[in-house]
Amino acid sequence: MAAGGFYLEFEKPIIELEKKIREMKEFSSGGGVELNSEIISLERKLEKLQSEIFSKLSRWQRVQLARHPKRPYTLDYIQLIFSDFLEIHGDRGYADDKAVICGFGKLEGEKVLIVGQQKGRDTKQKLERNFGMMHPEGYRKALRLMRTAARFGRPIVIFIDTPGAFPGVEAEERGQAEAIARNILEMFKLQVPIVIIIIGEGASGGALGIGIGDKVMMLENSWYSVISPEGCAAILWRDNAKAPDAAEALKLSAPDLMQLKVIDKILPEPTGGAHRNHQLAAQIIKGELLVSLEELKQLSTEELLRRRLEKFRAIGIYDEI
Amino acid sequence: MEWFKRKPAPPPTERKEIPDGLWTKCNSCGEIIYVRELEKDLWVCRTCSFHFRIRSTDYMDILLDADSFTEYDVGLLSLDPLQFKDSKKYPDRIAEARKKTGRNDAVIAGIGAIDGRQVSFAIMDFSFVGGSMGSVVGEKIARAIERSLDRQVPLIIVSCSGGARMQEGILSLLQMAKTSGLLARLSETKIPYISVLTNPTTAGVMASYASLGDVIIAEPGALLGFAGRRVIEQTIGQKLPENFQTSEFFKDHGFLDKIVHRHELRKTVALLLDYLSQ
Ligand SMILES: [Zn+2]
Repeated sequence: MAAGGFYLEFEKPIIELEKKIREMKEFSSGGGVELNSEIISLERKLEKLQSEIFSKLSRWQRVQLARHPKRPYTLDYIQLIFSDFLEIHGDRGYADDKAVICGFGKLEGEKVLIVGQQKGRDTKQKLERNFGMMHPEGYRKALRLMRTAARFGRPIVIFIDTPGAFPGVEAEERGQAEAIARNILEMFKLQVPIVIIIIGEGASGGALGIGIGDKVMMLENSWYSVISPEGCAAILWRDNAKAPDAAEALKLSAPDLMQLKVIDKILPEPTGGAHRNHQLAAQIIKGELLVSLEELKQLSTEELLRRRLEKFRAIGIYDEI
Repeated sequence: MEWFKRKPAPPPTERKEIPDGLWTKCNSCGEIIYVRELEKDLWVCRTCSFHFRIRSTDYMDILLDADSFTEYDVGLLSLDPLQFKDSKKYPDRIAEARKKTGRNDAVIAGIGAIDGRQVSFAIMDFSFVGGSMGSVVGEKIARAIERSLDRQVPLIIVSCSGGARMQEGILSLLQMAKTSGLLARLSETKIPYISVLTNPTTAGVMASYASLGDVIIAEPGALLGFAGRRVIEQTIGQKLPENFQTSEFFKDHGFLDKIVHRHELRKTVALLLDYLSQ
C-alpha cells in the first residue's frame, strides 16, 4: 500500500476535517472575513476532535499506530537526531543482518553507538529489512559492536522496533535462542551507559535481545509484550482475528508498562502520533537522550552495572507466604 | 542414538505424560511394556530408547543423592497482575494446576547433593501450565542462582518449558532478563552452571537461562528451539526438515554440547562437576 494516502480507520474524521480546512484556506486565499472565522472555528473543532480521539485510544489502536506505515523508523531518527552517522556492518561470522542498523553517531557532539531494528517503507525495502525481524547474526552483529563501543567508552543508544525475532528454519539452525540469550547476558556486562527507546513494536525475545539497558523508555504509542497480539490470539483463542482482544488482555501499552514498573518513562508523541510530525518526535527523543546520558554519566561503572542488574532483578509480581 | 536420526520423536503434545496401569505402549516403537519394568529403566523404552516424559520429582531421584534435597521458596505464589482472561481466568488456571500437581508453580528449587557435592538445584515441571515461566518461576530461578553465588556451589537447572507465561505478559518476558542478568554475575565467578534440557525446552526459557550453561546437555529426542513449529511453517510456507528442533538437530548445529541418555545422566553430571568445580 502506498503510505502517502494511508490512514487508520480512527484517523479518518481527522484527515477529512483537515482536508476541508485546507480546501477552505485555498479558496479564501483572496481574503474574506467570514470564511476566515469559519476556518478558525473548524481548526478549533479539529483540535477538539484530535484530543477526543487520542485521549482515549484503546490498546489495539495504539498497536495500529505503532505499526503505522508512515511512522518514523530507526533510520529516520538517526538522520534527525545525530550527526556524522557512520554505519558498521556484519557479525564477522556469517552475514550482515539488514534488519538491524548499527553505527556510530554524534549526539550534540557526544560520540555514541546507535543500534536499532529497521523496517522498510516499500515492498522492496520491507523485504530487504526482513520487516525488522532479526536473525541470529543480527543479534551477534549488535553484540559485537556494543562490545566495541564499551571498550572505547562510547554510550549506547538503542531503538527497538520489531514484530519479533525471525521464526525460520535457518534462524533455528544458526541458534536464534542462543543468540538472544547471549545478548541478554552480555548486555549486563557492558561498561557504558545504555539507553533504550521503544519507538514502535517491541515483540518478545526479538526485542529483549537488544533490550537490556540503564533506562528503558517507550514512545506513547509503542507497545512492548511477551508475544504479539496476533501470536497470543492464535494460541489462546485459536483465532488470529482476536488480536484486538489479545492486545487488551496483554496490557502491552506504555501506560500499562509504566504501571507494572517495567519501564522508566513514557515519551509523549506529537498530536496524532509520531507519524504526523517526524521532526517533533525526533526532538522529543533527542532531548530525553541528552538528559538520560548526562544523568548516567555521573555514575561510576560499578554503580551503573549494579543498578542495571537491580533494575531487572526487581521485576515480577508475586505473593510470598 | 542413531535411531532418532531416522525417526524423529513425535511432538510432545501427542505423548502421554506418565503412563499408568500395568502395561503401557511405547509412544515411539509401539512395544508393549510392563510399567514396573519401565519404571526400573527410568522410563526409557528398552527396545528403542524412547525417553518418556517424567515428573520433576523422578528427575530429582535420578540426579540427586538420596534424601539430600531441601526445597526453598515453596511459598512463592503467582498473582494475576494483568487480570488476564482468555477461555479461562488466569487464577482459575493456576488453581487447577495446583490441584493437579500438588505444587505451587512450575519449578522446584533448593539445595541438594550429587555424589556428596552440594549443588543449587532447580527443576521445571511441564505438567504445571506447560512449565511456563511467569514471575514465580523467574523469581525461583533467580534465587537459585543467588544461592549458588552465596554458597559458592555449582548450579544445575533442569529445564522443561514451553516458554514465557503469556498470562503474565511483559512480566514473564522480563524474567528472561532477570535470570540472565544474575547468570552474568555467575559467569564472572568460577562456579559452574550445568543446564540440562528435557523435552520440551523452547521459546523464552530456551532464549535465556537454558542456553547459558557452561555446559548444556539434553536428553535424546527432546524438542528444543526458539520459535514454534507451526509459526515457522506458516512463515516459510514449507514443510520442516526431518529431525528439526530435536536434541540431535541442536547438537549437529553446534548449540548443544552433549546428548545424554537418561541412564547416564547422573554419572555425566557428576563427572562434569568434578571437572569444573574448584
Ligand atoms: Zn520404544
